[in-house]
Amino acid sequence: MSIEIRNIRKQFGQFTALDNVSLDIAAGELLALLGPSGCGKTTLLRIIAGLEKPDAGQVLFGGADATHTHVAERQVGFVFQHYALFRHMTVFDNVAFGLSVKPRRERPSPEEIRERVMKLLKMVQLDWLADAYPGQLSGGQRQRIALARSLAVEPKVLLLDEPFGALDAKVRKDLRRWLRDLHNDMHITSVFVTHDQEEALEVSDRVVVMDHGHIEQVGRPDDIYEHPATPFVTQFLGDVNLFHGRVDAGQLTIGSYAQALSQHQDADGDAAVAYVRPHDLDLSLQADGALAQGTVEHIHAVGPVVRVELQQADGHTIEAAVSKERFRALGIVPGDTVYVTPRKLAVFLKDAAGQQDYVI
Amino acid sequence: MATLTTESRPVRYALTAVALLFLFLFLLLPLIGVFWEALHKGWQLYLTALVEPEALSAIKLTLISAAIAVPLNLVFGVAAAWAIARFDFRGKSLLTTLIDLPFAVSPVVAGLMFILLFGANTVAGSWLQDHGLQVIFAVPGIVLATVFVTFPFVARELIPLMQSQGADEEQAAIVLGASGWQTFRKVTLPNIKWGLLYGVILTNARAMGEFGAVSVVSGHIRGETNTIPLHVEILYNEYNFVGAFACASLLALLALITLLVKSLVEWRLHRQQQASTLRTAEARLQAAQP
Repeated sequence: MSIEIRNIRKQFGQFTALDNVSLDIAAGELLALLGPSGCGKTTLLRIIAGLEKPDAGQVLFGGADATHTHVAERQVGFVFQHYALFRHMTVFDNVAFGLSVKPRRERPSPEEIRERVMKLLKMVQLDWLADAYPGQLSGGQRQRIALARSLAVEPKVLLLDEPFGALDAKVRKDLRRWLRDLHNDMHITSVFVTHDQEEALEVSDRVVVMDHGHIEQVGRPDDIYEHPATPFVTQFLGDVNLFHGRVDAGQLTIGSYAQALSQHQDADGDAAVAYVRPHDLDLSLQADGALAQGTVEHIHAVGPVVRVELQQADGHTIEAAVSKERFRALGIVPGDTVYVTPRKLAVFLKDAAGQQDYVI
Repeated sequence: MATLTTESRPVRYALTAVALLFLFLFLLLPLIGVFWEALHKGWQLYLTALVEPEALSAIKLTLISAAIAVPLNLVFGVAAAWAIARFDFRGKSLLTTLIDLPFAVSPVVAGLMFILLFGANTVAGSWLQDHGLQVIFAVPGIVLATVFVTFPFVARELIPLMQSQGADEEQAAIVLGASGWQTFRKVTLPNIKWGLLYGVILTNARAMGEFGAVSVVSGHIRGETNTIPLHVEILYNEYNFVGAFACASLLALLALITLLVKSLVEWRLHRQQQASTLRTAEARLQAAQP
């Protein structure tokens, strides 16, 4: 079922959690709400679920207004960050809960409930734990049970609040892949909240990047990564180096470095910031066409990529990531002076919309 | 078993001995004293002291006031704890403070408050009397005073518990389609049942044992407005030690029984959990063998 969010506004006292947010979610899509804490992503998810009431705006489920539909009637599955399993019930009773609280005439027979619960438990590969209490399960197992419980009522929409936030790295990776597969099998419209950009980019069909109650960018993961729309998105999606310069009629100048841009043709000597990812920086021992220079401070050579930290004359640090082969060919050691040239940069004018340097 | 502390053996024994000695002197010895005083002149005298009409009437009145105060404060305590732990509203801190009022006010003052409110010379009191209901120096006043002094126990027990448990499970239940009542009965109540039971036990113990507030509003009319604690005092002042301690032993017995019930329920719960742990361990083993 598709979800439309229209001009949602939500205020907690003086704090604006959501400021006029609109978003369309297609049926069967797996969407990630990504942003730092306090950006409003969880509030938006809870408004979709009906656990919070928006101050203004509408939520439409399949084209029908659901803004004032009670949570219990929205037919959503909600997976809580800390699982929220019923601690006094067995795993079986937890999963059966949604079915057993249905009104008598809609409620399946006990045999039917048993069959459906065991099927779901098999699906999450935990049918052997049916008799256990939540306290006896590991974090990953609890999260799978929470998911099975939310799926038992055959929801039309599945909402997950930081589903893997409380798990350790290895389990998190497994569960991510597992959620992706599950979604491919079931094709239920799913929205999940995360502050982990890697998770959002890896799992979802589309990513919504949020900050300060606004949507910054919506797009496919590769689109967002390759073409970030704002400085915030650029910085939030991964490590990035900042270079301050000017743009004049599509010509970027940073110190002695010059580069023709396809955008900003009407810029008139505006102050600008160029964002370059570490792996888009090439290192060289020659000064020709270099963007900046620096002294090698640290070299981290673990893994297939070598990360080199350079100290600029003004004290700023540049981080570059080069392949092992390139690193060997350069033969640099700490203390050397090296030059960096960007393969790709994202340039944003400073005066546009009061842009600031985001600190993440 | 691993040693949990680094203290040397004599220090540990000394500390344990001090604690046990303290418990013996201040809890066990007085308790034994009560039963000994009650029984040392023989079983027959003990029973006679309990079945004489005035004692029976005191027992009946105590049971009545507890039977009204406990359910009332159970409902109020759960409602107040739910409101305070789950919702933000204007006047929340005032309500939290008000709940503590009966603890802060001396029971005697609490009793006097009711006399000021419902005494024969007051507007409310004379109006009620005209309509055939006497509050002060009668059963309604005793019930009122008992409800007042036992008011905080359940709520005090539940508020921190519900706050620490959070609302996630209840929200999960509602998202899954449960109604408010189903959520309360199947999720909230099982989660708070131990705190609730404990609150009820404390409420009941205090309701039956309250002296100060009840003493002020009761008027000490023998066979009519005496509860067990008041009856004990009267007998004691009349040097009827066997009678006084026989009735006192009833209250002590009540305390012992509530403790016993609590341990029994806890023991059963523990057994259930152990059984489940065992089944899970077996299931794990079976799952490990393909």
